[in-house]
Amino acid sequence: MVVSDLYGKEFNTSDFSNDGRPMVINFWATWCSPCKRELNTIADLYPDWQDETGVKLVAISIDDARSQSRVLPYVNGSAWDYEVYLDQNQDFKRAMGVNNVPHTFLVDGSGKIVWQHNNYAPGDEEELYEQILGLVSE
Amino acid sequence: MKKYLCLIALGLFLSSVLSAQEEAQVRGNFSIDGQYYQEDSAISAVVPDQQMALQGFGNIIYTKGKFEAGLRFETYVPAFVGYPAGAPWDGTGIGYRYAKYSEDKIEITVGNFYEQFGSGLSLRTWEDRGLGVDYALDGIRVVSRPYKGITLKGLYGKQRFNFDNGLQNGEGIVRGLDAEISLNQLFDSAFKDMSGQIILGGSFVSKYERDRSSQYDFPENVGNGAVRLKYINKGFQFSGEYARTSENPSALNSQIVDIPDSLDPLVGLFQYGQALNLNATYSQRGMGISFTASSLSNMAFQSQRNSGPFDSWINYLPPTSVLQTYLLAQFYPYATQPNGETAFRGDFFYKFPRNSVLGGKYGTKIILSYTHVQAPDFPTVDDFDLNRQGIEPKLFTWGDQTYYADFNVRISKKLSKKFKGSLFYMNTLYDNDVILGAYDYDDIPAQGTIYSNLFVVEGSWKIKRKTNLRFEAQLMTTDQHLQDWVAVVLELTHSPHWFFSVVNQYNYGNADGETLNFPVVSSGYIHGNSRFSVSYGRQRAGVFCVGGVCRVVPASNGLTISLTSSF
Repeated sequence: MVVSDLYGKEFNTSDFSNDGRPMVINFWATWCSPCKRELNTIADLYPDWQDETGVKLVAISIDDARSQSRVLPYVNGSAWDYEVYLDQNQDFKRAMGVNNVPHTFLVDGSGKIVWQHNNYAPGDEEELYEQILGLVSE
Repeated sequence: MKKYLCLIALGLFLSSVLSAQEEAQVRGNFSIDGQYYQEDSAISAVVPDQQMALQGFGNIIYTKGKFEAGLRFETYVPAFVGYPAGAPWDGTGIGYRYAKYSEDKIEITVGNFYEQFGSGLSLRTWEDRGLGVDYALDGIRVVSRPYKGITLKGLYGKQRFNFDNGLQNGEGIVRGLDAEISLNQLFDSAFKDMSGQIILGGSFVSKYERDRSSQYDFPENVGNGAVRLKYINKGFQFSGEYARTSENPSALNSQIVDIPDSLDPLVGLFQYGQALNLNATYSQRGMGISFTASSLSNMAFQSQRNSGPFDSWINYLPPTSVLQTYLLAQFYPYATQPNGETAFRGDFFYKFPRNSVLGGKYGTKIILSYTHVQAPDFPTVDDFDLNRQGIEPKLFTWGDQTYYADFNVRISKKLSKKFKGSLFYMNTLYDNDVILGAYDYDDIPAQGTIYSNLFVVEGSWKIKRKTNLRFEAQLMTTDQHLQDWVAVVLELTHSPHWFFSVVNQYNYGNADGETLNFPVVSSGYIHGNSRFSVSYGRQRAGVFCVGGVCRVVPASNGLTISLTSSF
């Protein structure tokens, strides 16, 4: 499955890795309010999460040609530190069985999905972090 | 070892998606929606003969090594009122199936597939199950990456048209080639000192459809060629695509000029079409700016000449306006006019840093956006094929009419550990004679141009660690259409499982002196990758626009249930 980064470079999703540490894969879009609430909330906690667990968050935008040009300025304008990729015709979303956004996957160090959550309600980020801590302490 | 077995027992792998494993796996997702309809004459609610509707789908994907196969069961017994967008979907069967083999340098798919060339001006086959849109191709596709930096694609197939106890393809045949080259990856030694990235691409798509007319000599093969360029240098990004179609008379483009009574209105205009889309953005941490200019003329490219406005689209012409998701912002959505328009948009994103005067303790975000879409002013020429008047499809011409304009601004701020809030304002100009997206309660389109103002206050209060209350208060004022509205949204969530919401939209003081409430209560339970929800109440007529036309999803009253899951 091929996605592209915000600088036009193609990436094979099988190359996603975090050197054996946990990784969060989050599907979002610039037009999706709960997605932005989730990623903006995590953005405030992210430096601490990284320090404590070494987790990496990969944000997959499913924006199409209508809103794709807003992704990079939105990401920079929001001062996010995530790795962001474009899944412009939703091939990766289809392959991952995502019905609607936001949809969050937690992947362990060996590339296996160990937890996933559809939708976002404030507080969900704490559940996600507990899961990440659970992986690190194993 | 025990731990490893344990992980296998979890049975959830990214495998071929994330890493190449040899074990066979099955994964997928499904969705089921049901609705029970009630009579409600005040809002002209539609009740189907069956009283109830149920629709759903399930995707199953099987992977083993380099091989993958998938299919989607679909069921519409019957479909919801106003669903899908175009030709009917009815019954139960298989709507999508494929087999795929992929290696490092080549990938071959037979059966159904979705594909996009460039930004989609020449080809984008896509799906949106929520809206009822599915333009899947059915045939063969080969993607090759023969050398670093080069991607080649070729495809050949028919296109999904409707669903009748199974996939039904339309008559037209679609063929396409696409090439994309990343100069930096290809010539890495020569470009290694260059900080910018250059990506070039080109595509050619052609459709074939038999000419069944005894009266007119319709072109059976219609081509569409496009070239594109992307240049990225640190925070600066530029992308552009130009596309041109050959002579392409269709039911849609017949509306570009008034057709004399003696001619069949479906004859169409024998003329080429073209489109140019330019984007430039500059951003750095905490700041972003983006500018779009887009113009198109006679660009409807469908695989069937006389298909409806929602069917058989080969290319994709995105609206230039920004999609807003507030309830009252859904009233006046713009629809791209494939017959011709000139559009501009500018966006500005800024985050006032923490501990600054305007940023406060947590920082403050502001987003400004302006969109303007103008009618084209095409020079008239004779349409020699039909001996009547036609047009010359020039780009970036400026007619007298403004089709659409909106200005919007949003300020969001975290006020304390427990409170967050946003303010939103939008001013919209909407030419309903052209866009036809606004209807009254008797389903009669509103006349002329609608000017509206929308104000939204949104807040979020974290009551307890995992319990949150979110509210929206919205006010929309306009002297046209249904006039003024107020909407209130209350949403209580208890993470990670429960949500409960109450929504009311209130139309007060419209021209008939009517006042109407549209209350809806919903509740849902989320467990990991599954979500179940129930809602009851009055749904306002909604609007859905694609390819230049809007369709009204009629008002309804009743009970809706929904279940989605993935595995």
